[in-house]
Amino acid sequence: MDMLQTNVQTEITTAAQADIAVSVSNVSKNYGDVEALRDLSLEFPRGQLTSLLGPSGCGKTTLLKIIAGLLDPTSGDVLVDGKAVTGPGPDRAFVFQDFALLPWASVMRNVAFGLELRGVAKSEREAIAEKYIANVGLSGFEKSYPHELSGGMRQRVGLARALSVDADVLLMDEPFSAVDEQTRRKFQEDLLSLVANENKTFIFVTHSIEEAVYVSDQIAILLPRPSRVSDIIRPTGLREKDMLTIRRDPEYLDIVDEIWASLRSYVE
Amino acid sequence: MLNRSLLLKFLSAFIVFGAWEIAGHIPVSYAFPTFIESMKALAEMTFDGRLYAAYVETLKPLAIGIAISAVVGITVGLWTGLNNWFDWLFSPIFIVMQAAPLAALIPLLVMVYGIGLTSKVFVVCIMAMPVIVLNTAGAVRNTPSSLIEMGKSFQASRLEVVTKIIIPAASPVIFSGLRLGISAGFIGAILSELKITPTGVGDIITFSRSIADYASMYAAIFSIIVLAVLFLNLLEKIENYLFEGNVRGYASD
Repeated sequence: MDMLQTNVQTEITTAAQADIAVSVSNVSKNYGDVEALRDLSLEFPRGQLTSLLGPSGCGKTTLLKIIAGLLDPTSGDVLVDGKAVTGPGPDRAFVFQDFALLPWASVMRNVAFGLELRGVAKSEREAIAEKYIANVGLSGFEKSYPHELSGGMRQRVGLARALSVDADVLLMDEPFSAVDEQTRRKFQEDLLSLVANENKTFIFVTHSIEEAVYVSDQIAILLPRPSRVSDIIRPTGLREKDMLTIRRDPEYLDIVDEIWASLRSYVE
Repeated sequence: MLNRSLLLKFLSAFIVFGAWEIAGHIPVSYAFPTFIESMKALAEMTFDGRLYAAYVETLKPLAIGIAISAVVGITVGLWTGLNNWFDWLFSPIFIVMQAAPLAALIPLLVMVYGIGLTSKVFVVCIMAMPVIVLNTAGAVRNTPSSLIEMGKSFQASRLEVVTKIIIPAASPVIFSGLRLGISAGFIGAILSELKITPTGVGDIITFSRSIADYASMYAAIFSIIVLAVLFLNLLEKIENYLFEGNVRGYASD
């Protein structure tokens, strides 16, 4: 435990030197009398995946929506590439927990919808969408409608839509919580290759400790009422390892245990 | 097993018409003709042109009333669903309109607008519009919030959110409101011809009853029902064409 703690300390110092893509400083959010977030500060290194992990009601989705520009913070600032966030922007793309697909639109139109809203011409946006549909492994389903797809395939459509607008920052709100266990594992492996291959910054909300440790370069542990960052953990050693053996790696198991030990008293 | 749903439709029609035929033979009442007698009267009226002339009259207030109800109803419904101020302003009017006993209001309408086309159009609108407005407004308010957030996160303008997300998402319920509204409009058109001045199909019903030609009376009622069903089927076809992916199948299939 002590050893791990010092390990975490040194990792935080190295993170401070890294290139920061998104920085959240002193953000508070109140809903009437309820304090959802209080004075929260956090930095997201470029090209890495940062998880927001915490028990339900800890404000992790609220924080993600503030970064997305979908919610306004009561006070504090969010900077993306040094520019203050005032609303949704082309530099960020969102992946939704419930997929948020248009049920009346084909896979093709759904994937191209982000580009459609940005005014990209039809032939051009369909060519781009075609490429990302193939990337997520849905070639041949372009004309299908969402209700004809499985949950996992629907989220692949949501992911392709977010990738096709080519934003620097990908915001993912519990993207795998509505798909089955086996699909989720496949998604997690795919996500690791995506982080390695695309030069994007990922901000990933999850309530699964194992998932966070498996996919993250940096895990921010959020504690509830009002939310604050209680700890930042960087499982750096795991990122060098083969994705198929991570789950039985001693470091993986230690970190999962440590996070659970720190969270268990907050789970009702 | 050529087409099971078609077969079932024929079976259901056969049972209903068979029961009608038997009830006419018992007879339930002197004023209740058999199915075959009614169909004979229907054929006769169709071939001597009486039915055609009647529908030219009846369809005028019906078509105008339904067109006004659909356009105004959907527009007002969209506004009330999108904006709380409009909701507070308009919803009570349409809730009252829906609950009001129309037959009692007809004398008032006649006093204000006379016995001509205007009053009849009003009756059709009063019958058809409230359910269209209230359904549209409810559907707009129930658009899944994650779809709207999705649009915003990809920088959709307010207009794009309305036209590309809210209206298509609301369309199944808007169309079901249209179906209910249009069937109510058919009732309104016949009601206005029975209560205001006997013209068109209402005239055939009133006149046939007065000379005890019950077969013609039932034939006229039957024809208006058939027309309403055909029209509603057409509406469903239009909906399927416009919003293909929304279709999960309706009970009438």
